[in-house]
Order: sequence, then structure tokens, then C-alpha cells
Amino acid sequence: MAEPFLSIQHVQKSFGAATVVQDFNLDVEPGEFVSFLGPSGCGKTTVLRMVAGFEEPSAGKIVVAGKDITRLKPNQRNVGMVFQAYALFPNLTVAQNIAFGLKVAGMPKADADRRVAEMLDIIKLPQMGDRYPYQLSGGQQQRIALARAIAPKPKLLLLDEPLSALDAKVRVSLREEIRSIQKKLGITTIFVTHDQEEALSISDRIAVMYGGKAEQVGTPFEIYNRPATKFVANFVGTLNVLEGTVTDAGAGKVRVNSQEVALKGKLNGSKSGDTLSLALRPEAISLGRQPGHDTSLSGEIAEVHFLGSVIRVRVGIGGNTVSLDTFNNSATPPPAVGEKADISFSSGDMLVLH
Amino acid sequence: MKSGRFWAWVVFILGAAYFFIPLIATVEFSMRMRRGAYSFDAYQIVLGDARFQATFMYSVVAAIFTIILGVLVVVPAAYWIRLRLPQIRPVVEFITLLPLVIPAIVIVFGYIRMYGSNSPLPFLANDTATNALLVIGYATLSLPYMYRAVDTGLRTIDVRTLTEAAQILGAGWSTIITRVILPNVLIAVLSGAFLTFAIVIGEFTMASLLNRPAFGPYLQNIGANRAYEPAALAIIAFAITWGCMSLIQILSRFAPKSANRPN
Repeated sequence: MAEPFLSIQHVQKSFGAATVVQDFNLDVEPGEFVSFLGPSGCGKTTVLRMVAGFEEPSAGKIVVAGKDITRLKPNQRNVGMVFQAYALFPNLTVAQNIAFGLKVAGMPKADADRRVAEMLDIIKLPQMGDRYPYQLSGGQQQRIALARAIAPKPKLLLLDEPLSALDAKVRVSLREEIRSIQKKLGITTIFVTHDQEEALSISDRIAVMYGGKAEQVGTPFEIYNRPATKFVANFVGTLNVLEGTVTDAGAGKVRVNSQEVALKGKLNGSKSGDTLSLALRPEAISLGRQPGHDTSLSGEIAEVHFLGSVIRVRVGIGGNTVSLDTFNNSATPPPAVGEKADISFSSGDMLVLH
Repeated sequence: MKSGRFWAWVVFILGAAYFFIPLIATVEFSMRMRRGAYSFDAYQIVLGDARFQATFMYSVVAAIFTIILGVLVVVPAAYWIRLRLPQIRPVVEFITLLPLVIPAIVIVFGYIRMYGSNSPLPFLANDTATNALLVIGYATLSLPYMYRAVDTGLRTIDVRTLTEAAQILGAGWSTIITRVILPNVLIAVLSGAFLTFAIVIGEFTMASLLNRPAFGPYLQNIGANRAYEPAALAIIAFAITWGCMSLIQILSRFAPKSANRPN
């Protein structure tokens, strides 16, 4: 296996008695786009700030391109960073902002001017060089911040919730633009976000963080479809969690509200009588028995929400409630609350949460 | 509403009269040197006086050095406090207020005792060192104004994020202060500088007790021995101060605009 470009090894960070990052490990391949996803206070920004050099790890080390940068100052790391609050220098024009890092590095003016023009073309704002930051919209300012960060050709690009301050429409277009620029330049990138849709849509891999630890690192597909922990399953996407009791661990059989469900594979580490949490994505469940679905459960319609193209139905199964979405069909009226109903799914879609 | 506006005008007129009548009276008196006619004789005498020119120049130079010293001490200190030591800000604010509470005469007597010719730091042993001590004393007197002006300027920018943005782009501390922080608080620094200038130009106690040929002692000397010239000098000093304040107002229009608060 090739050497990782960025290697975060057993990194820990404490502020006084509080440990905010515990034994964090991650290897990032060259040109990879990795997102740190998690709720506020999970330590994702702290890890990013340690990579940038703004915080010093209490333990562990950070290696970039084979060089240990753990104790290097931020200005010695050759890392680019985009901040949530844009952080453009208000006294400088757009072109001067982009040229700042080039000037600090001692690049000749003619070369710097060429690079600034190139950057303005990349972010599709070629006419904006003479403007001041206050004359730009939030989205434009963040694109300038991105251009400023990549202008000195950093080894690594760090994006600290760069889309959080923008409105929904701009967020979507800018995230696509960030991803396309990142692919074009092939720059290894770490992206911090608390927005799962953002992370799922643009990342090569996602590190889902909780309580200062990486709960799971994987591709968006793996994270969504094969969550490793209960937290990941709950945090990423909408999830139905059913409580069940193991009836035959060897055969993978579980009882949910006195109805038996056969899971794919054995329940290693469990024994009969143990309680388990089972998870199902809403899109894996159908109302009524459907071909291709090998498992069904009976329950009662608890809630029906008509959302236009989609109808969200909540079905009570004993003490559990399962949410599922069905497409609106003008020929079929939505089910009524209190009606008896079966739900069906493929047992392979049911996840056991640890 | 109408009654409210009437009383507002009454208060305004009373305030303006309180301010302008003595000023007009002083201008009028300063122009009565020539019997039976208004003239600028007092101004001509004052401006033509070699001592006026020498003392005024002395104070201008002292003010420039005071401003340089103030900027060198206050800008990095206020910046560092905002960036890394926000918890000690109330303590520093209290310390910077002390020159308003402790009279200048107490400070200068302390200097004389501490830095006499027998002390390890004999600031009073020669003229150059005494001039330096006077500048240090003036920097102390102007500390409340300079610190507040700079701190207010720093409050308008996101010091931490701008610092980190500059750091990650490869900048060291001197680049960050000179090319990122100072230009963004320059107008605030200039406000502090003009206030310092106004204080230094008229300061009497320190200059007099340290026996320096400054403008303040000259003003006092003229005031004690002449009739019309002190009034002319008062108007000149007022014009200088007023000019400084106007410059602050004009320069504040050129302040870098914050991206988040365009106006």
C-alpha cells in the first residue's frame, strides 16, 4: 500500500481536564477529499486546527508527505485554509488578498500577478480583482478565500465549515464548485462540516466523529449503508431503530414485538435473551408485502404526513415506531391513521447496531 | 412633539452659548491690542516670538516621539491581549486609566526620585535623557486615550481569524502586525495619535518640573506676564486642538470597511 499523504497518528488534545480529542487516527491518500462530520463539540475542528498548527496535540503526531509537522508553526507548514468567517483582509483588494501568500513567500510581482489572474479564472470571478471584500456577497467572498488559500500551491487544503455562513442555494453551488476545483488541482483536502448532506455529496471518505473520537471512517456509501455504530447510524440520514431480543444467535434470529425476524448471518457476540438495536433506513421499507422483500412485520398506522410528491407514514409495531416514505399516487389514497398495516423489507437491509 | 423640539433647541442654544461666548470673547479680546481698532497684532507678536517657535517645535517633536512610543507599546500589547490574553483585559484597562486618576505632578515627582542623577537609570543627568524621560511621561499620560482608541479599533475586526488566516499563508508576527492588523486599525491609531498630540502640545506640569523648554510652560509664562498675547495663544492652541479633531473625523472616512458591516 502506498504511503498516506497525511497521517494523523494517535492524536489527543486536552484543554485542562477536558479531553476533546482522544486517540484520533486517520490516513489520507494524495488528492483525497476527506470530510470530518459530527455534531458541535465532537472535536472535528480541533483536529483540523491541529493539522493547521493552531493547536498543539497533547499526544500523537501528524505527518504530511513523510515529514513530521506536529511541532511546526502554522506559517511553516505550507497548508492552505478556508475559514467559516471568510477571514479576508478588509484593507486589501481581492487581488491583494489572493496575492498575500505569494508575496509573503517572496514570489516576483509579475509571477504573482499571473497566479492571481489564474486563480480568479478558476473561481470564475475574473473581473473582481479590484474590489474590496465588503463589496462582495458571502459566496463570492468565500470563493476569494478559497483562491487565496490555494494560490501558494499548498500541500494540503483545510476547509473549516466554509459553507455554514451561506444561504442554502449558494451552499449547494459552492460545494460543487469546491469539489470540482479540488479534483482539477488534485489537492488533498480535509473538509469540516456538521451537515451530513454536504459530507455525503462531495467526499471521497468521511470520518464521522463523536466525543473526540472517529466513530467510523469510510466512503459515503459505507457510512450511510453500513454504519458501524449506533451514533453513526443515527447521525447520518434518517434511521428507524427497533429494539429486539435475540432468540437464536447462531441462526441470526431476533424477536421484534413477538414477531420473529431472521437476519442475514450469525449474531456473533450475542446470546439468546440479549436485547439488540436493529436499524432500518426508511427507503428500505415498503408499506405492504412487496416482491423481493423477505421479511415483514405487522403494525398499525400511527401518523400520516402528506408532503406533496411523498407521503411520510409512521407505523407503530408494539413499542417501536417505523418511519417510511411512499410516493404519492393519485389513484391510491393515503392510508388512514389506526388502520392495520404490514411493512416489508429485505433482511439484508437490517443493521445490528453496537 | 413640538414642545419637545422647542426644549431641545433651548438646551442646544444654551450649550452652544456656554461654549462659544467665552471663545468669541477671547477672540475679541485678543484683537484689541491696538487701541480703538481690531487688529492681529497680538497674533503677530506671538507668532513672531522666537520662543514661541522654539517651544512649539520642541513640543511638536516631543509629541511625534510620544506617538511613536505609544504606537510601539500599545498596538502590540492591545493586539496580544485581544488574541491570547483576553482574561487580563480588565486589569490592563484599569492600569491604562491610572494616569487619569494619578495627577501628573505625582508621576513626575516619582520620576525625579527614581531617575535622579544618583540612580542606576540617571534620566535626569543630561538633556537628551531628560527629553526621553519627558516623552515616556507623555506616553504614560496619553495611555488612556491611545489604548482605548486602539482597543476600539481592534474590536471592529476579527483579530483571531485574521491572524490565523495570515499565519497559514506563511506570515510571521511582524508581517501580521504591519500588513494585517495595523492597516485595519490605522484610523483608530491615528485618533489616538491626534489625542496624544493635543495632550502633549498643552502639557505644563511635567515639562515645567523637568525644566524642559516646551510649549506648555511658555503658554503659562506668557499668560502670567502679558495681557493680549495669552488670549491670542489660547486661540492658536484651540485651533491646533480643533484641527486635530477635524483630522480624526476626516481620516475616519478612509477606514477599511469591514466585509460584514459595510457601513
